[in-house]
Amino acid sequence: MKSNWLYSQRIAPYVFVLPFVLSLAVFFLYPMASTLLMSFQEVLPGQTHFIGWGNYKSMAHDDSFYAALWNSTRYTLWTLVVLIPLPLVLAALLNSARMKWSSFFRSALFVPTLTSVVVAGIVFRLVFGSLDDSVMNQIRHLFGLQTINWMGSSATGMFVLVVLATWRFVGINIVYFLSALQTIPGELYESAEIDGANTWHKFKSITLPLLKPVAIYVITISIYGGYSMFTESFMLWNGNRSPNDIGLTMIGLLYRNGVEQNNLGLGSAIGVALLGTMMVLNLVALQFFGLFKKEE
Amino acid sequence: MPAKKTSSQTFLLFALFAVLAVLALFPFYCLALASFKPSKELLRYGLNIKLQPELLSFHNYSFIFSAGAAKYMDWYKNSAIVTVVYTIGCLLLSSMVGYGLAMYRFVGRNVLFVFVLLVMMIPVEMIMLPLYKQMIAFNLIDSFGGVILPFVVSPLPIFFFRQFAAGLPRDFLDAGRIDGCTEYGIFFKIFVPLMAPAFGAMAIVQSLASWNSFVWPLIVLNSGDKLTLPIGLASLVTPYGNNYDILIAGSVLAIVPIMLVFIFFQRFFVSGLTVGGVKG
Repeated sequence: MKSNWLYSQRIAPYVFVLPFVLSLAVFFLYPMASTLLMSFQEVLPGQTHFIGWGNYKSMAHDDSFYAALWNSTRYTLWTLVVLIPLPLVLAALLNSARMKWSSFFRSALFVPTLTSVVVAGIVFRLVFGSLDDSVMNQIRHLFGLQTINWMGSSATGMFVLVVLATWRFVGINIVYFLSALQTIPGELYESAEIDGANTWHKFKSITLPLLKPVAIYVITISIYGGYSMFTESFMLWNGNRSPNDIGLTMIGLLYRNGVEQNNLGLGSAIGVALLGTMMVLNLVALQFFGLFKKEE
Repeated sequence: MPAKKTSSQTFLLFALFAVLAVLALFPFYCLALASFKPSKELLRYGLNIKLQPELLSFHNYSFIFSAGAAKYMDWYKNSAIVTVVYTIGCLLLSSMVGYGLAMYRFVGRNVLFVFVLLVMMIPVEMIMLPLYKQMIAFNLIDSFGGVILPFVVSPLPIFFFRQFAAGLPRDFLDAGRIDGCTEYGIFFKIFVPLMAPAFGAMAIVQSLASWNSFVWPLIVLNSGDKLTLPIGLASLVTPYGNNYDILIAGSVLAIVPIMLVFIFFQRFFVSGLTVGGVKG
């Protein structure tokens, strides 16, 4: 044994975890505490002082806050509605079929996930451009419809955001569901067949219940991902500047107030409100999907 | 295994996935097509889906490699530097922490692991503002250090390495001690090689995340020659569209390395990106 205490078996584990302890303290716990504190302060250089609930009050009196909350909530709901059932069914189909090219299809659907949101945003700006020749407007012309400015109204703007999210995340969610599907033993399906179950019965009674843990995981990351969406809107609306805040998200609001206008107090209050919203929604979702119930 | 499908069912399924694959790849076709068209054309008429062979040229690409687009090459270089430094630092530090959490029983271990999960669950954007203030205090604004340092010890790879190391036999630890290795020697000489697949998966996932990362670098970096690729490209997006040449061809070049890595290391992507999804 080395005489140096740093090399002892008692101290070594602490050396191994030291990077995390330092990073946790400096870059997580301190900022978390600091953001909570700042949300009750007016943060000005040299003369920061407490203003109680002032930041929360001005947040609650700001129309932009409700626009952002509404947009983020709508976006999150749409991504949940589209990006849970669709990939689930596609994964089940991919898993059951002995199909030529199935690994190619999986890869093709997965590739968009790897593309940066910035590049994806640049492409979608072109595809959903407001000009006559822009791809989606050309497709509208095929159906006898007129050219529209996709990013000019709240409804079509949201549609573009949801299409973008679907394009980017169907593949990764398929991969999540597939990896869970592949752990289901084939004998389960065989014995169900002997009992006379058809494809739908098997899907409903075997596949779905066994996918529950991974579904809960995907729902959780979708809620977090939905409410922290920012870059998509930043790219589609020229850097966070959408007309009448139709594309403003919660993080966009936080960025606008905290970074662009340097109001760290108000920005922090928005952050705290956002975290609260996400945690409540996750608890509701978990309750709804019965994670807290005893497994039968 | 489910019952045998009839051939018509298989065909329908094949057709369905073929259509979906075309839809998934369609934006890449649009991007590639746009990169060969003159930027004036795109600005005036929008992206026409038709090939229009008479308009296609390599002009945008030759421009991007010329002196006129020097800033783009700076961004590319910056992104490469940040990605390499971040990934090496992240892998080294996170593997140490994950290994420590998996292999040793020590006071505070469970608390630390709970914190790993907690940090994983709180979105980065939440603590963006206080971190920004901190970077100003540390004098790290507008530097690569400021981009890398706060996130170089990252919870997801720690979790991944911990799960991986927990599956390795502890006998190697005892054997190493009997052979006179130090605790750190055991880690670097015995366990790092054993964790090679975990390093592969995390190298890919973390370098991808770093290469594509946007929000934090957007806040930290502000002078034109220091930007990373995603922020640089985003800065070209204006309502007037006067930078389409660099913007589009630059976007293509930005995704080329990712696609190459994906083609050659596909299996690492899947194991790395699904961490936490199953079992968890």
